[in-house]
Amino acid sequence: MTAMIDIADANKTFTMHLQGGIELPVVRGVTFQVQPGECVVLSGPSGAGKSSILKMIFGNYRCDSGRIGIRHRGTLIDLATAEPRQVLNIRRSTIGYVSQFLRAVPRVATIDVVAEPLIAGGTARADAQARAGELLHRLNIPERLWRLPPATFSGGEQQRVNIARGFISELPILLLDEPTASLDAANRAIVVELVAEKKRQGVAMVAIVHDDEIRHLIADRIVDVTGFAAAA
Amino acid sequence: MADLLETDQPLLIADSLSKSYGRIAACRDVSFSLYPGEVLAIVGESGSGKSTLLQLLSGQLAASGGHVSYRMRDGVTRDLASLGEAERRLLFRTDWGFVHQDPAQGLRMAVSAGANVGERLMAVGWNHYGRIRESASDWLTRVEIDVARIDDAPRTYSGGMRQRLQIARNLVTGPRLVFMDEPTGGLDVSVQARLLDLLRNLVAELHLAVVIVTHDLAVARLLSHRVMVMKGGRVIETGLTDQVLDDPREPYTQLLVSSILPP
Repeated sequence: MTAMIDIADANKTFTMHLQGGIELPVVRGVTFQVQPGECVVLSGPSGAGKSSILKMIFGNYRCDSGRIGIRHRGTLIDLATAEPRQVLNIRRSTIGYVSQFLRAVPRVATIDVVAEPLIAGGTARADAQARAGELLHRLNIPERLWRLPPATFSGGEQQRVNIARGFISELPILLLDEPTASLDAANRAIVVELVAEKKRQGVAMVAIVHDDEIRHLIADRIVDVTGFAAAA
Repeated sequence: MADLLETDQPLLIADSLSKSYGRIAACRDVSFSLYPGEVLAIVGESGSGKSTLLQLLSGQLAASGGHVSYRMRDGVTRDLASLGEAERRLLFRTDWGFVHQDPAQGLRMAVSAGANVGERLMAVGWNHYGRIRESASDWLTRVEIDVARIDDAPRTYSGGMRQRLQIARNLVTGPRLVFMDEPTGGLDVSVQARLLDLLRNLVAELHLAVVIVTHDLAVARLLSHRVMVMKGGRVIETGLTDQVLDDPREPYTQLLVSSILPP
């Protein structure tokens, strides 16, 4: 099988110029692959660099050396050296990212926040909104809230809006940063279901999950990040 | 659409642009390419050279060194310096827009809102009054101005409405490239959010290329794909907006990012 994500010897260090140029090593020698339909869960204590690795795979954090290989339209592209335009294209059609917190534009209605990735990918507005409605419904966001901007929602509601937005596109790679952190049991179960559906569609996923129960339910493989700890 | 994006040609190319005033270099050796539909934010503090760069790019200021090229509607990329005055003016009236921080600079304050929008159409040969008025009302609606205010002069408008009117005036001719100089700079925070949301939608819908100068990193994050950080007339850091803002490398960029108050 051909890996969707192929990371080899990736390194990341922060240089804090405002703190006298202190070097803060984050991760070293990150190497793993993710196959289509596989969910890899990153494990390790807080501060071990799990979120940083996820951000490196999304191209949000730059990589000092090594390769972040992403299969984009059939070709393996190294995100560590890709041009900004190419990274944007990869995000548009290959990699989705479900962050821990919703970062929405003020004033935009929940239904449009969720539908936006589909519309950006060329789906007609009405169809995208219908699909957004289905997901919001599944994630138990009552219809009376769909027209409101999510800024005033509770933490759990915002996270579910964020999940709906992340799961709506049919992208072949999905990165999940604590998707169930502030959800109740019923909604956690729905996220587990959504992940299982993505697996059946052949989506490659990398997730950070602290909840042991959820981790066992979604992980096909666990990659221990402490192995990539950068010895300071 | 994505495929098209990957294969298309740059719209605007800056090649080693420099501008000096005597011994003072306001802008040094700036190069980049801007593609259709791409939003580039130029950030930096006052005096960093960002407004000078915007004037160089839009041909309002002659460069001391380097070139700006633009791909015209006929598909031919031309050096701006090689354009005649009439060609340059036509470009500014049709294919380009320029949104000033102070709407009074981009509008005629004493004539009606409708005339402000219609004027750009008349400049490119529209002469049917009914159609011009129809197009002006349509654009007022798109920028969320009540059409009942079409005959009022912008001096009777609030700051936010003036700015939205200036945007309508710029977009009515269907430009492909819009320059913006601190478009939200003079507005209240609540009015800013509305304007940003409007701009963001219009830019995506019309597939506009934008060069936006701002000192507000939140504006850059919300609107732009790419960012260039300027200091002392030089571009010191450039990259994807979220990359530069979340993982800044240069000391000055780290200082800028760390100076934002948390929301």
